[in-house]
Amino acid sequence: MREISFAQALDEAVAEEMRRDDRVIMLGTDFTGDPLKEFGPARVRYTPISESVLTGMALGAGACGFRPIVNWRMVTFSFVAMDQIVNQASKIRYMFGGQADFPVTYRCTTGGGSGSAAQHSQSPYSMWMHLAGLKIILPATPADAKGLLKSAIRDNNPVVSFECSRLNAVVGAVPEGDHVVPLGVARVARAGTDVTVVGLAYYLQEALKTADEMARDGISVEVIDPRTLVPLDVETIRASVRKTGRLVVVDEAPPTCSAASEIAALIAEDAATFGALRAPIQRVCAVAVPVPYSPPLENAALPDRARIAAAIRRVLDAAPVPA
Amino acid sequence: MTPNRSELIEMLRKMILIREFDELAIRLRTEGKIYGAIHPYVGQEAIAVGVCAGLASADRITSTHRGHGHCIAKGADIRRMMAELFGRVDGYCRGKGGSMHIADFSVGMLGANGIVGAGLPIAAGAALALQLDGKSNVAVCFFGDGAVAEGEFHEALNISSLWTLPLVFVCENNQYGANNPVAAQHRVTDVVAHAGGYGMVGQSVDGNDVLAVHRVAREALDRARGGEGPSLVECKTYRWHFHAMRQTPPPETRPADEIAEWKRRDPIARLVSDLKARGLLSESDLERMHRQVQTDLREAVAFAEASPFPDPKDILADMFAA
Repeated sequence: MREISFAQALDEAVAEEMRRDDRVIMLGTDFTGDPLKEFGPARVRYTPISESVLTGMALGAGACGFRPIVNWRMVTFSFVAMDQIVNQASKIRYMFGGQADFPVTYRCTTGGGSGSAAQHSQSPYSMWMHLAGLKIILPATPADAKGLLKSAIRDNNPVVSFECSRLNAVVGAVPEGDHVVPLGVARVARAGTDVTVVGLAYYLQEALKTADEMARDGISVEVIDPRTLVPLDVETIRASVRKTGRLVVVDEAPPTCSAASEIAALIAEDAATFGALRAPIQRVCAVAVPVPYSPPLENAALPDRARIAAAIRRVLDAAPVPA
Repeated sequence: MTPNRSELIEMLRKMILIREFDELAIRLRTEGKIYGAIHPYVGQEAIAVGVCAGLASADRITSTHRGHGHCIAKGADIRRMMAELFGRVDGYCRGKGGSMHIADFSVGMLGANGIVGAGLPIAAGAALALQLDGKSNVAVCFFGDGAVAEGEFHEALNISSLWTLPLVFVCENNQYGANNPVAAQHRVTDVVAHAGGYGMVGQSVDGNDVLAVHRVAREALDRARGGEGPSLVECKTYRWHFHAMRQTPPPETRPADEIAEWKRRDPIARLVSDLKARGLLSESDLERMHRQVQTDLREAVAFAEASPFPDPKDILADMFAA
């Protein structure tokens, strides 16, 4: 199978969907590649730096028959459009009783690890999960980047596409043709028997590398990629934990009210899964600080393979949870 | 294009209906029959009616927290509006929205909105869609003077003018942003002054004169339909009642002489006397119209009261589209 980068996979997804459906339009201050050349200025709209109006315009145009893709660029900039995201996009369908659909895709990059400091290193997945009303994709591989983004563009709801910056250069196999990955289906990225590790975005890749390293010590790690956070395929994670009895969740957001917290809660409150737990659940998250700039500080703030491995060893060494 | 007699009579009927609908809403809220907050449109009826008289069903509008008048003017069904206020399944939002979230997409009413200024970007998006569709339909965005202090106002005016969108911004300057006078909130209290900064035509009009509103709106709508881009129309008006009420109407804080002066400029009385002077309306016509409005409102309340409450087991319905 051909191999392309995560960034190329995202570009392919958009271009293919633009070709497939002429109601798909793009709004943003900048685009990768040269979509203007193929699709023209009516559909590829270079905008002023006006995040609120872009976010809201997509809803208005979406309700009137178009399928806008808004590129916020960094998730940082989406915060300027909080009203349109929180009060409008996430609520507009339900509060109007389902009268209209709002098929809008909001794209943005996320994550740290690039020396971009506090504002431009954020991973606020759980803020949007909390809203109820937005679907959320979080691809970790080039194949899923393409397949999930295509599903997002075809979905008839507002979907937020969180695209981890550190994955942009990652190269991987992507099927030829119309490769679509459904929303709400997790992937067992590596099968194992001793411990379940759920890795989000870049940390899926890091969890897989950690699992390779630990396999040399005879430790069998099952690695799961949720792929979409809303809807979340919790059953695949529960089934894995019922098999392994141990769970580590790796997420580069700070731990408080995070996606990792939500996954931990969904595991702990399910009686059958809770009963199968043999160790306390562990979260490996960022330190709860704005991501600092200087490399030693940034490295200390974000999860790494050593911390993932240490968490795996903790759950393996833990005394069994009493019945 | 000057409205003919039947159009003028319909404008008057809608203005009376809007006023009586909101007076009734205040009573129903005080009696505890409906819930949440009510923001009456009384006093501002000429604006929604004067503007919407120039619109077709395929034209789109966005509204505000004070949105009942825009709904009625755009052609929404008062029975389903009332059922929404009563929180019933036959309401426009199946009881999920209430007063501040009434919408009727089937007549191009894209929603009232609880956030000041939030409708401007949505209207701009509707205008973009209409432009891309290449027909001559337009979008109209209603908002208050308060929205002018919000960033969304400035972002929406800029991008709409930049892209020559078929859009009319209609500012209902009712002299108060929530409970604070415009002069305490804006250095420039003539909202229309902002038009020049965004390179669009701006026009100020007496918002209590429905025919003047209609004429100015019509010019702006014609420009939008003709590819000349957006306009800013400022309608100077006044709300007769409070900004918002919940259990009971709040105490009045505005000067009594100011209220009295604006009530002398009642937009409905003005149209009535104009139509009578032109021999287009008799006293018995007017009485019949009032009786019909009251009958329609009684029927709307009966429709609402007969409609069941939503079943809690349906709480997840409408969350996501298929």
